[in-house]
Amino acid sequence: MLELNAQTIAFFIFALFALGGALGVVTSRNLIHGALYLIVSLFGGAGFFVLLSAPFMAVVQVLVYIGAIAILIIFAVMLTRGMTQMSEILNRQWWMSAIVGVLLFVMLGLGVILPVWGENGINPNRPVSDNVATTEDLGVALVDGNQYVLPFQVASLLLTGAMIGAIVLARDTE
Amino acid sequence: MEQQCINVIQTMAPCLTSSGVDPGLAQFISILIGVVLVALFPLVLVILLIWMERKVAARVQDRLGPNRVGPFGLFQNIADALKLIIKEDITPAGADRTIFNLAPIIATLSTTMMWAVIPFSPVNIGVDLSIGVLYFTAIGSIGTLAIMMAGWSSNNKYALLGAFRVVAALVSYEVPMVLALLVPVMIAGTLSMQSLVVAQQGMWFIVPAFVSALLFYISNLAETGRAPFDLIEAESELVAGYNIEYSGMKFGLFMANEFMHAFTANLLFAVIFLGGWSGPGATEVPLLGFIYLFLKTGALYIPSLILRATVPRVRIDQMMGFNWKFLVPVAIVNVVVVAFLLQVTKALGIAPVPGETDFLANLPQALVLFVGNLLTIAVALEMIRRFGRQARSETSGAAVVIAEAHDVPSAAH
Amino acid sequence: MSVVNEWAFIGVFMALAWVFPATPLLVSWIFRPRRANAIKMQTYECGVETVGDTWVQFKVQYYIYGLVFLVFDVELIFLFPWAMAYNQLDFFAFAAGLLFIFLLTDALIYAWRKNALEWA
Repeated sequence: MLELNAQTIAFFIFALFALGGALGVVTSRNLIHGALYLIVSLFGGAGFFVLLSAPFMAVVQVLVYIGAIAILIIFAVMLTRGMTQMSEILNRQWWMSAIVGVLLFVMLGLGVILPVWGENGINPNRPVSDNVATTEDLGVALVDGNQYVLPFQVASLLLTGAMIGAIVLARDTE
Repeated sequence: MEQQCINVIQTMAPCLTSSGVDPGLAQFISILIGVVLVALFPLVLVILLIWMERKVAARVQDRLGPNRVGPFGLFQNIADALKLIIKEDITPAGADRTIFNLAPIIATLSTTMMWAVIPFSPVNIGVDLSIGVLYFTAIGSIGTLAIMMAGWSSNNKYALLGAFRVVAALVSYEVPMVLALLVPVMIAGTLSMQSLVVAQQGMWFIVPAFVSALLFYISNLAETGRAPFDLIEAESELVAGYNIEYSGMKFGLFMANEFMHAFTANLLFAVIFLGGWSGPGATEVPLLGFIYLFLKTGALYIPSLILRATVPRVRIDQMMGFNWKFLVPVAIVNVVVVAFLLQVTKALGIAPVPGETDFLANLPQALVLFVGNLLTIAVALEMIRRFGRQARSETSGAAVVIAEAHDVPSAAH
Repeated sequence: MSVVNEWAFIGVFMALAWVFPATPLLVSWIFRPRRANAIKMQTYECGVETVGDTWVQFKVQYYIYGLVFLVFDVELIFLFPWAMAYNQLDFFAFAAGLLFIFLLTDALIYAWRKNALEWA
């Protein structure tokens, strides 16, 4: 079932990046190391987008997550004290997050496996859709009155709101 | 088959397959050779770039510059590289060794990888990604991360302060840079670098997107740490900035990367606004396109060297203020003005058909956009003049005297 | 070349782009002298010994700049597909883009008025 070709190998390399990075994030006692492991993990995610023939999403992943959010996280880490020696990896809420994590994992697992499982499952080798959308199609769809123009504007409003909220909070702490 | 084998990057694979190599392997070999060619080029070029920088800076300051090793001192940098290689390498106590050693490699990586999407001629391009413009912006942002890693891992207060300051400035200047890139993308209707150059066959984008070109040039000066925004090497207040603790070849990589990055930024400018490889006869003889591209880049690069040796450095608060209160608003207005004028020219029917390569057919729209751009500049300059007048009237006489005393150009490097 | 093939080039490039800068470092590692001692390895600051921990708490201003940048970055990502398809868009699309940019400018003006853009 698994064909050993360049794409499969690339998939496993990226999976290694994504999972190894994620493991590094939760186990490092140094918060900056955690942030850098997060970048490795996000890079693996960008690789998955490339393998799915979604280069625009891959570049967005690098530009926004690695280029902006990772930097923001490092700035945020520098706002805290004692970021290089966390004495404990676990805190008091560890069991809550464990439950949430396991539930999320089960849900995602079901969501991935059920559609391709058994008699009623779709053929896993068949593409989900035959439409090939380009970045240009995305641009048209975003401002088309019948398609996504409202979400497009709401996204802008959301970002504005996020920035205002963050400035209010950050200025208060001074 | 002979004809096919000339272009190494694109036609290597069919050429090899025809001589009996496994297609998958042939593909891999052709990719590998292409990568080695594209990636090694900037690394070799940088030796020449450093020589050029030193010569130009020397001439501006009425010196001779390197002239002992080799003809015109050309081999001076090779000698310097040898010296850096055999120099003792010092990793400060308490440094975060892994990150400390990774940082110079990642910095160099981010610059070399930008070259993958640069079209050198109609046929020679590493790879013509459909989202090339976004690709090099994204890769460029990895360089910022390398500076952060270097400054943080050094376990030095100056390095950390320098790195944080520079990173805050670099991410800020990314905003007007990317906003400026929207305009050529809007006119050409593509994100691929090769198609951007092809779209400029009739008219270079510097005419219809004049403000964008200026914004891109200025923010690139900041992104690459060139004067007057060279806070990246803050020897006057933070000893040296993020790379204080680096010595030997690791420092050499940071330095080489700085020159490489500056050249790459000008190369991108030439590709996006000056028509890249386009010029008479470039479509027939790819080598000519290559020469045109590097002539254009040189014409941009040498003024930036003279600029570096001439202008004083700005303060960090001025640098941030200039970005957020001047460049970003101008860039936003510019995008709106161009978008509006593009609709107007379309409504008037003077917009050229996409893919039109005739100069005259492109002229009306370009002129309309150019006039719009000039208006934007006029308004922006008038606003900054008013702001300056207001600021001058607010400061007392003594403060002005001090400010003027500080305006003496900073000493050479 | 197919999409994946194009990116194979980038992948190989990324792998090799580690090798090229690492080579001089490796050569340097072979040839360079190793005479480290505790005083030589001290942190280089102002000539006096360094005092206290380097990794201290930083001020919030850096975070605010990072945040303003992030918001702009995300908004620009939305604008790129719009710009790419702009040649085939009508006036309604221009208005939609304008509204989007206007909301973006709103955030900038707010940050400006709240002095969040001051380096102080």
